[in-house]
Amino acid sequence: MTSIGTGYDLSNSVFSPDGRNFQVEYAVKAVENGGTAVGIRCKDGVVLAVEKIISSKLLKPGANKRIATVDRHVGIVSAGLVPDGRHFVSRARDEASSWRNVYKGPIPVSALSNRLGSYVQAYTLYSSVRPFGVTAIIGGWDSEAELAVDGQVGSGPKAGSGGKVEGAKAGGPGLYMIEPSGLYWGYYGAATGKGRQAAKAELEKLDLSAGNLSLIDGVKEAARIVYVAHEDSKDKDFELEMTWISSLDGPTQGRHEEVPKELLEEAERAAKAALEGDDDEDDAAKGDAIDNERMQE
Amino acid sequence: MVGHGMTGMLGEDGIHVDMNHLKKGEVNMAINFKDGVILGADSRTTTGAYIANRVTDKLTQVHDTIWCCRSGSAADTQAVADIVSYHLNMYSITNNEAPSTQVAAALFQELCYENKDMLSAGIIIAGYDPRHGGQVYSIPLGGSLHKQSYSIGGSGSTYIYGYCDANWKENMTEEEGVQFVRSALQEAIKWDGSSGGVIRMVVLTAKGAQRHLYLPDTGYTGPGVTN
Repeated sequence: MTSIGTGYDLSNSVFSPDGRNFQVEYAVKAVENGGTAVGIRCKDGVVLAVEKIISSKLLKPGANKRIATVDRHVGIVSAGLVPDGRHFVSRARDEASSWRNVYKGPIPVSALSNRLGSYVQAYTLYSSVRPFGVTAIIGGWDSEAELAVDGQVGSGPKAGSGGKVEGAKAGGPGLYMIEPSGLYWGYYGAATGKGRQAAKAELEKLDLSAGNLSLIDGVKEAARIVYVAHEDSKDKDFELEMTWISSLDGPTQGRHEEVPKELLEEAERAAKAALEGDDDEDDAAKGDAIDNERMQE
Repeated sequence: MVGHGMTGMLGEDGIHVDMNHLKKGEVNMAINFKDGVILGADSRTTTGAYIANRVTDKLTQVHDTIWCCRSGSAADTQAVADIVSYHLNMYSITNNEAPSTQVAAALFQELCYENKDMLSAGIIIAGYDPRHGGQVYSIPLGGSLHKQSYSIGGSGSTYIYGYCDANWKENMTEEEGVQFVRSALQEAIKWDGSSGGVIRMVVLTAKGAQRHLYLPDTGYTGPGVTN
């Protein structure tokens, strides 16, 4: 890096002459070393997955979760500095609860992402702080049902409220990714951390914008993608952690929950099988193997 | 005796009004109907026995298709409606979509409950949005929140509980709804000394807000729609 030693990389809130904030760019480097995190926005829910590198054999398997629940309908996974991620989640919970205090209902995923984007951005402005060393993926489901005001009494006319526009769609899946600069976008599929390039390449193959991928298939794809992304750091052991949020008539009823053990293990088996098929068969055969996996559900 | 300093009394000259005790909203109501909601109210504002305003507008807009009927202290309810109106405008800007009636009801309730010791406000909120249709919420004195198919409020409402219960139907047409509100308010005005003046209404549907006016000198039959 030619810029090192010029002095412009030492302080937050100072631009370099060509308009860059080096502290933010260094924060991105911290993210690029973190375990791969993936989010997929499916037609009937959202999946979050993370590759949790085992840093010590003394750590209890399955403990020390990396995906956090923010409100009943929202989860966050991040890559980068774990303590920064925890602080970020804590702020997210404060925002979700403050929204509930004011509006007496769940915060929309878009509004939460907007507030967190502003929060992260503020940490690029002052010399007294450093930017967040995380890129966070926020997944959630905005209820498609009519929501009551928290604490209200009564339910209105038995015949229902008049004048509704028939077939008007409301709610649905939400997936956003926030970077250390505070930049955030909504995504069909998001990936960050060490294996993000491989993961993004796999996500792009899924044609998520068509909106056909089911949540169950999404779980399997997310598991497979984390395994694919782990190929480049095979020497390290890892645990796969996965959560999901389904529609109200789906398996989690609009709540953010861990993917059940049986489904997680099934997805892991399929992921390993797909990888093995990758190693000793050509691409066409691999396609068949994946199709077979899908047909089993 | 000079009325200054005494609550709700008129000065000896019969002109000076104790502005701290301007009361209004002696009768108002809101109902659900087939295509949305209708709000209605009389127009009398009093200070004790003195009618401070005979053509008051107690139906207050807080967003495009979210309105409220204010009853209790004029000052308190105006202040609360102003604050809610501000928050709803901010909500629609920051979230890029119109607030639902629930959001408005939640804001009204928070203000009325947290400040219950200082407020004298009974508010009925009625709104229309495409997702939920028409909805009616009522917030009585303590700051509780009730979702209702129709709601009546103000001192005059005590005279029309029976009338409303006997004549209420769900899923009325707009014409039936307007007729129901008009005759109920007319009845309240007839019996309640502190209700009177004209009858104002607002009809909220997918088409937006439409105002009605009914005058006493025509027996509250017209002129009807005013915009």
